[in-house]
Amino acid sequence: MSIFEYNGSALVAMVGKNCFAIASDRRLGVNLQTVATDFQRIFKIHDKLYIGLSGLATDAQTMYQRLVFRHKLYQLREERDMKPQTFASLVSALLYEKRFGPYFCQPVIAGLGDDDVPFICTMDCLGAKELAKDFVVSGTASESLYGACESMYKPNMESEELFETISQALLSSVDRDCLSGWGGHVLLVTPTEVQERTLKGRMD
Amino acid sequence: MARFAADVPTRGGFSFDLCQRNEMLLKKGNQLPTFRKTGTTIVGLVFEDGVILGADTRATEGPIVADKNCEKIHYMAPNIYCCGAGTAADTEAVTDMVSSQLQLHRYATGRESRVITALTLLKSHLFSYQGHVSAALVLGGVDITGPHLHTVYPHGSTDTLPFATMGSGSLAAMAIFESKFREGLTRDEGIKLVSEAICSGIFNDLGSGSNVDVCVITRGQTEYLRNHQLPNPRTYVSSRGYNFLKGHTEVLSTKITPLKSSKVEAAAEVDEMEE
Repeated sequence: MSIFEYNGSALVAMVGKNCFAIASDRRLGVNLQTVATDFQRIFKIHDKLYIGLSGLATDAQTMYQRLVFRHKLYQLREERDMKPQTFASLVSALLYEKRFGPYFCQPVIAGLGDDDVPFICTMDCLGAKELAKDFVVSGTASESLYGACESMYKPNMESEELFETISQALLSSVDRDCLSGWGGHVLLVTPTEVQERTLKGRMD
Repeated sequence: MARFAADVPTRGGFSFDLCQRNEMLLKKGNQLPTFRKTGTTIVGLVFEDGVILGADTRATEGPIVADKNCEKIHYMAPNIYCCGAGTAADTEAVTDMVSSQLQLHRYATGRESRVITALTLLKSHLFSYQGHVSAALVLGGVDITGPHLHTVYPHGSTDTLPFATMGSGSLAAMAIFESKFREGLTRDEGIKLVSEAICSGIFNDLGSGSNVDVCVITRGQTEYLRNHQLPNPRTYVSSRGYNFLKGHTEVLSTKITPLKSSKVEAAAEVDEMEE
């Protein structure tokens, strides 16, 4: 089994009209046994910037701690929050630093930049950035997620429709993957508020 | 805690501290993940006024297409561009690094960068990592000494050629070049030939696909024609699409946090300077 399939994960981020949504599953497993059903994969960097980390859970948590550390240093020096593009470059550099002994995690970054323009991007475990204008996916369920998002995504969705679309894409994809699921966690960020919702899904 | 201090931005370069752990995981039977590669067809040719570079836009992760419209023609200097094939992280990192080094060199010398400088920086970096940095590049540009086109292989060897192709689609593209290339092509003929070669790679090689990017570099001017041709449009989209009504998804719990607007900053706290 690949090291990526040790814990299992599913992550997706989508762009809407002046808003973005990032969603993950909630299972933490050890090979085929489920160990937790409320595992957090999406982390907040600042009010308008979130990062989801799929892959090996221990590397995801270590990466998150290092990134929060670097962002806090940045805030102290620059007296402001990091822009999403800058943060994506930081994550890419931290991952590429470990080119020959990488962290086994694939980040999905989503944020609102200047003028509240949504920004999403994903990377492989070496830091190769993929900037997309519509959606990005990551995790063991990524192949199903690609298919579901390709068909369900529409450009310029309002926040309510975006929430429904990303939830349906996530739930239908994790149902086709043994290693992820057990509910879903969706964060929808608009310029004025953050909506955090837990989804009811199949618990198998 | 002394170990934690080492997390502060280091002097740069690679860090090998996770290698031992990863070796152990490999021995226990866990396979290494596949990295994102740019399956790729990249080409370059020299025409009468300069250099034309071309690339497809598909990025793959194993058999899956990860990005349908990625950028494989990387900026090195205003007069030098570089197409990259191989592991995506390596091509991006190595071209970014050499681009920064060229910028610093321009500040130090006060002169326009030369293609041979970029070539030497790339080949010495790649050779020192003995092929483990898997980047195969087509480097082209026009400097004070004229137009130049080079290919760089992952182990650090280079070739200087009037026309070149690299990547998994290189044979398909080279077939087009070998039959139709001649010295002294005009700009339009050159762009047409490059597009044909990339299309040959797109349609015949499974690792290349989507669109054609072209970059035309001449003395004093560079034109980056992003998505010059789109031979693979998405025509099967249903016009109705999916419509999920509000309340369609079952939600267990909701938490809404308002964000304070960043534009409402109190500017009234400035103290006037008084003599």
